[in-house]
Amino acid sequence: MISLGSVSKRFRHPDGGWFDAINDVSLSVKAGEVFGLIGFSGAGKSTLLRLINLLERPDAGCVLVDGRELTALSAAELRRARQNIGMVFQQFNLLANRTVAENVAFPLEIAGWDKAAIRARVAECLEVVGLADRAEHYPAQLSGGQKQRVGIARALAPRPKVILADEPTSALDPKTTQSVLECLADINRRFGVTIVIVTHEMGVVRAICHRAALLESGRLIEVMDVAGGEVEANSAAARELLEAA
Amino acid sequence: MEELTLAQAWENLVLLGPEIWQASLETALMLGIGLASAILIGGPLGVWLYLAQPGQILANRFVAGVLGWLVNLVRSFPFIILMVSLVPLTRILVGSTIGPVAAAVPLSFAAIPYFARLVEQTLREVPRGVVEAAEAMGASPFEIVFKVLLREARSGLVASLTILTISFLSYSAVAGVVGGGGIGDLAIRYGYYRFQTEVMVAMVVLLVVVVQLIQFAGNRIAQKLDKR
Repeated sequence: MISLGSVSKRFRHPDGGWFDAINDVSLSVKAGEVFGLIGFSGAGKSTLLRLINLLERPDAGCVLVDGRELTALSAAELRRARQNIGMVFQQFNLLANRTVAENVAFPLEIAGWDKAAIRARVAECLEVVGLADRAEHYPAQLSGGQKQRVGIARALAPRPKVILADEPTSALDPKTTQSVLECLADINRRFGVTIVIVTHEMGVVRAICHRAALLESGRLIEVMDVAGGEVEANSAAARELLEAA
Repeated sequence: MEELTLAQAWENLVLLGPEIWQASLETALMLGIGLASAILIGGPLGVWLYLAQPGQILANRFVAGVLGWLVNLVRSFPFIILMVSLVPLTRILVGSTIGPVAAAVPLSFAAIPYFARLVEQTLREVPRGVVEAAEAMGASPFEIVFKVLLREARSGLVASLTILTISFLSYSAVAGVVGGGGIGDLAIRYGYYRFQTEVMVAMVVLLVVVVQLIQFAGNRIAQKLDKR
């Protein structure tokens, strides 16, 4: 479903030097999979995620999502392709002056759905995340976990094949984390949406991932299989993260 | 000079009633044209100025530099000098340099960059992440401006417009004295040149009340629009 071919991304330091955020990473994510990107702070996992929908454009390499080479698209084509890739953020990034229902409707308005279809789909998505009774509330009136579930409903609304989740639970307490992860796992199972999730916690990988890639200093260290809540890891960095969990 | 009683002062003001009404309409006209230009031209200019900043969706160092420089240039003119400098242009545009419509030309010139800067500053308060979320959903720059930036910043924009209105009510008094008419002009003609202090006092009281009302209304609307 997603394939990254030798992607690299450098950022310029304020002092003029260069910083290799992502260094020659190749990776593929299968359809219907929940795939983790894990590593310590600064390992480049968020950058790698943002390369998938081209929020960051790679300096080298190519990005394929659902059979389309995003790196080769025009700006207008890329906008259409992005409508097929939902995104969930650590800080939720909801529109504060729109109600919950209007937030979920937002990507559908952009995709040009008609009003009746939007209304029906919004109700459906809020049902999925268990917030049907909060439709007319504003984000400021919700708890962190509820905000994130609105974020998930919004990402789910245009029936994307892929959802990218950037540390979706890092701003939440452990109990809320649990419910948000269950919500994502549920969406993966029910609708077959491929999910890529960035995290610095092995607990998140154990809870919902089928596989996970470990990054260190912008390089891919290993891709780990997760079976029955156990992570099969070989590298020293992976063991360190496992012990920390 | 004879001592003026309160009753006589009131009588003088009543006699001036039609002129005061006329002057109020002139002030409203000057302000209306100035604010309309500010919103219609300064607003888009402010949005563009914001979008051209580094890291924004239409980032362009050259455009940002030129627009910023132009805005600063016009804003650095003291208003009275701007008015005098624009006399030839006013004559071309309006065909005259006196009256409220002529005075609205320099007022608009001053209001456009002022509002552009206020809009740019207000849009900076919209969190970058929200714009990024819209980009990730495939929103076009046009949709980002209208559905995200202006909507998220709407209460700040109302507050900016309130500031602009009050500043330009005061500017319109200056413009009035140099042939524009309006409340400021009336106050100077009767209150200062003819020593009718009661007219001066009445006009100042009128302006104080109007400013309080504008600020009150602006605050209320901004508060109602803010769901953050």
